[in-house]
Amino acid sequence: MFGYSMAEIGNIVVMQGFSGLSMFTVLLLMALGLAIIFGQMGVINMAHGEFMTIGAYTTVMLSKVAATYGFTNYYFIFAILIAFVLAFAVGYFIEFIMIRHLYKRPLDTLLATWGLSLVMQQIFRSSFGAKEVSAELPEWMLGSFNPTPDIDIPINGVFVMALAALVTFGVYAFMFKSRWGLRVRATVQNRTMAGAVGINTAKVDRITFALGCGIAGIAGAAFTTIASTGPTTGTLYIVDSFMVVVFGGAASIIGTIASAFGIAQAQSVLQFFMTSSMGKVTTLLAIVSILMVKPEGLFASKLRK
Amino acid sequence: MNLWEKLTTSRVLGGKEGVLGLALLAAIIFIVLPLGVDIFRLNLIGKYLTYAFVAVGLVMLWGHGGVLSLGQGIFFGLGGYAMAMFLKLEASDPISTKIQSTPGIPDFMDWNQLTALPWFWEPFKSLPLTIIAVLTIPALFAYVIGYAMFKRRVGGVYFSIITQAVALILSILIVGQQGYTGGVNGITDLKTMLGWDIRTDSAKYILYYVNGLLLIGAIVLSQYIMSSKFGMLLLAMRDKEERVRFSGYDVSNFKIFVFCFAAILSAVGGAMFTLQVGFMSPSFVGIVPSIEMIIFCAVGGRASLIGAVYGTLLVNYGKTVFSETYPELWLFLMGGLFIAVVMFFPNGLAGIWNKYAEKFGWFKPKEDASGTSDVKKPEAKKFEVSASEVDSEATALTSAVTNTTQVAATTKTSSKQANVVNTPAARGA
Amino acid sequence: MSSLNRRGFIKTSGALMGAMMAAGLISGYAFAADFPTAKVNTTGLAVTDTTVKVGILHSATGTMAISETGSIQAEKLAIEQINAMGGILGRKIEIIQEDGASDWPTFAEKAKKLLEKDKVASVMGCWTSASRKAALPVFEKDNGLLFYPTFYEGLEQSKNVFYTGQEATQQILAGLDWIAKEKKAKSFYLIGSDYIWPRTSMKIARKHIEQHLGGKVVGEEYIALGDTQFGSVINKIKLKKPDVIYAAVVGGSNVAWFKQLNAAGLNSSKQTMLTISVTEDEVLGIGGENLAGFYSAMKYFQSQDNAENKKFVEAFKKRWGKDAVIGDVTQAAYLGPWLYKAAVERAGSFDVDKVQAALPGYTLKEAPEGPVTVETNHHLTTKLRIGQWGKDGQAKVVYTSDYIKPDPFPKGYQ
Repeated sequence: MFGYSMAEIGNIVVMQGFSGLSMFTVLLLMALGLAIIFGQMGVINMAHGEFMTIGAYTTVMLSKVAATYGFTNYYFIFAILIAFVLAFAVGYFIEFIMIRHLYKRPLDTLLATWGLSLVMQQIFRSSFGAKEVSAELPEWMLGSFNPTPDIDIPINGVFVMALAALVTFGVYAFMFKSRWGLRVRATVQNRTMAGAVGINTAKVDRITFALGCGIAGIAGAAFTTIASTGPTTGTLYIVDSFMVVVFGGAASIIGTIASAFGIAQAQSVLQFFMTSSMGKVTTLLAIVSILMVKPEGLFASKLRK
Repeated sequence: MNLWEKLTTSRVLGGKEGVLGLALLAAIIFIVLPLGVDIFRLNLIGKYLTYAFVAVGLVMLWGHGGVLSLGQGIFFGLGGYAMAMFLKLEASDPISTKIQSTPGIPDFMDWNQLTALPWFWEPFKSLPLTIIAVLTIPALFAYVIGYAMFKRRVGGVYFSIITQAVALILSILIVGQQGYTGGVNGITDLKTMLGWDIRTDSAKYILYYVNGLLLIGAIVLSQYIMSSKFGMLLLAMRDKEERVRFSGYDVSNFKIFVFCFAAILSAVGGAMFTLQVGFMSPSFVGIVPSIEMIIFCAVGGRASLIGAVYGTLLVNYGKTVFSETYPELWLFLMGGLFIAVVMFFPNGLAGIWNKYAEKFGWFKPKEDASGTSDVKKPEAKKFEVSASEVDSEATALTSAVTNTTQVAATTKTSSKQANVVNTPAARGA
Repeated sequence: MSSLNRRGFIKTSGALMGAMMAAGLISGYAFAADFPTAKVNTTGLAVTDTTVKVGILHSATGTMAISETGSIQAEKLAIEQINAMGGILGRKIEIIQEDGASDWPTFAEKAKKLLEKDKVASVMGCWTSASRKAALPVFEKDNGLLFYPTFYEGLEQSKNVFYTGQEATQQILAGLDWIAKEKKAKSFYLIGSDYIWPRTSMKIARKHIEQHLGGKVVGEEYIALGDTQFGSVINKIKLKKPDVIYAAVVGGSNVAWFKQLNAAGLNSSKQTMLTISVTEDEVLGIGGENLAGFYSAMKYFQSQDNAENKKFVEAFKKRWGKDAVIGDVTQAAYLGPWLYKAAVERAGSFDVDKVQAALPGYTLKEAPEGPVTVETNHHLTTKLRIGQWGKDGQAKVVYTSDYIKPDPFPKGYQ
């Protein structure tokens, strides 16, 4: 077929499937936090990418520290934790001073968070410089492993995948198995009633927003394994993440997962057969067209007002 | 009834204050600025004023219609590119391009190994067709997007995100198809229009004045629309869409119309931009410029047409001054502006002006801009009520109409509950 | 030299100069008194008896700031050194720096400001082709002078611009010849970012490979600027198994490209790659470990072992910090002020037309990269070097070509 042996084509299919998966995990990590925030408050956080950048810079900085003190091999685990905590804290603070005043004006929140993203980008530039920096990866994360001699599976991809699975599971457990999750879901479904039965909805909002930001921080840490970090890194995936969330249907974790998977695989396959920019354009066009026909997204939670 | 009275009581011009405001703006654009600054700065101001077209369109769409498009750069770009294609073809005559492998086609096509002019460039050999394209292509584009979205009642944040995605698609496409579009570089080195050199100082003055006239025309036209029944419905729709729908109006058609109107205004701005600046590039199509143009409108006051012009001038002046002296500070300032305008001055400059104008009695408390001067003005206190209160109070169409420009703060007055209603998810039911 | 010292120097320079002249300590220095302003500046440029204004126009903010910062630093260093030597025709250079903010229209706007309001005598600036294309009409209309440092796609020759970097054929042909001979390469995979420079470069490369080297191009791919997902492209490469990947990926994509290439098992032990877009500046972000063993084709590498370069590297690090690195473009930017100084002195005037006429034919012997000659087409005759990257982020020069004349409109490659 096309002058290639079946074995060659088989190998490429495997590796291609994997590169789609690895794009999926990055999109998923980005979109998960966004989806939680959007589902909770109907707010699109335009500064979401910058929270991701917080995580990325945290990882880069920690890798420098690790190189000095010689714990390069396992700094990444700490990086993920610290990235989460930092992004969570900043998110908590931002919710307190800004977002909570704007809940009733979702479009204005969009603009305000855009302003926030500009400010954060300039803070990154002033403190870390305009040049892109790169985290030195631990030795065990470099290279690939070979199930067969002709198949290379990137180790960092596998790592990010495991991380994404862990985070997704964590979010699931939080939302559906914990008391906090119960409160969050109650607030989403009926804010007034939730307040009436004694749930502190303002606090629920704040925790949810901060949690979404924290997950973005983890996404940032994971992102350093595939690309470099600069002040504007956060803007790279932001529109894709919005599309994932909207396409998946608001407030649905399953929807977000499914839509991230679909978009990533579609884009990855299209980019194999087309040029990279046409692959991306086709994917986005397809999403926009589908959304025009089915604006509620893939997995909408059915509500009757 | 003399002319003055006729003017000042005209619903179209928005009463005495409207006429004075328009006259002041015209005086500033046509007299003060050309006398006050040299041609270099005036050309810059002319460039800013082309953004004001977008801002005026946004006032209609967002301030009055409650629909926030994050993709107005699409239309600005379409208009600008249409004009640039015409000028580029004129600049690429076979003689001045004889060094190319294929003389007579734009230089970037030659670099990309195109040997013939693509079919969709053909109409742009003619100026009338180009002008028609500037006016119709963006409108058609807006119609398609608007029809698909508004007929399915996609609104709010969803609409914003989707328009943003379309802006991204278009800019990727322009950059990616550089043989046809000039790619990242854009379409550069534009020289003449019908043999008239657009780069000379005199041409710049003329283009500046044409631009100014068109802008004033756009504002008057917008005011005319706002003062009609359509304008009232638009406001009512913004504040309580369901009620308008229950009253038997097809809300989506109004939205589609105002979206198309804003698109055409943006496109005219884009075309004037190309003429005055001498090139067009994809950096005006994408996400960032589209959102920046919203801040021009927000600073001026999202519901004030004239405010939008001042907002545009002020923000761009600030950008030029700051980026010359403190480039580092500029992004902080710009970001801060977004946050401050949204959180503390939702009515922008126009809001501040109205507040002081009333306080010091410079004008009679504003009769509402919709021109229904027989309706009683709501109490000043009402302007400050929070969004949720207005929502619960905004009971009837008339009240929504009454509030008009001054309650722009409450653009999206949906309470949490209404918010849920607005999401397509809810409409799946 | 710190700015404080410099100011002090300027203040006392008049007296010092007088004393030095009297003592006959220096010769060959030009003195302002010998060149009255009325005579050397007949077109109203910002040249006084003691100063001349020169513009620097690069992106200090925005996405391109990453790349352009090095150029700004090099230009400032050169100007400071020139001032310390007494300036140009006895006039100190005053820098007016403008920020293009990575936004092409802003470049045009700022170029206009520099030329029409500040009346600068020349401008060191622009980096991307897009910014140059945007600013070029301004320079041509106002008859300004631009020194442009970046290696670029060619297909341009303006009397108002001197191109201190290489045009495409200078960078491409010799490099391909070398790799075809050295690595017995027959099949090539071309990959670049999606804009005019990589596309034109790849067009030239393809013609050269197919017509002159008897090789085959098995794939040609363009990546959207800023894209960071290379999985599909890498798989395509794996399927085609080319002898050489010929790459011109720029900006943030570069890092993702090399990291993912490595992660997919395509490191230098399995795959030969020659890039024309990676300089020491990029390596900072990419990380030497991801790049080790791959080749770059440039006219300059920081590790070059000649006296002028060692002096330059030392001065650069002293001025901008010991961690500063110098890439090809940074070095080319450093040439700009020196070439301008030479041109003015040869012309005996700051008038743009005279300066333009005076520069072609001049050889700058002290260039860090080695002597370069300005040709009548306003480009430089230079050598091409192939460097192999090491883990430390420095390249070992493995090949140096003969002098290559610039040919911005190459016959047979269009």
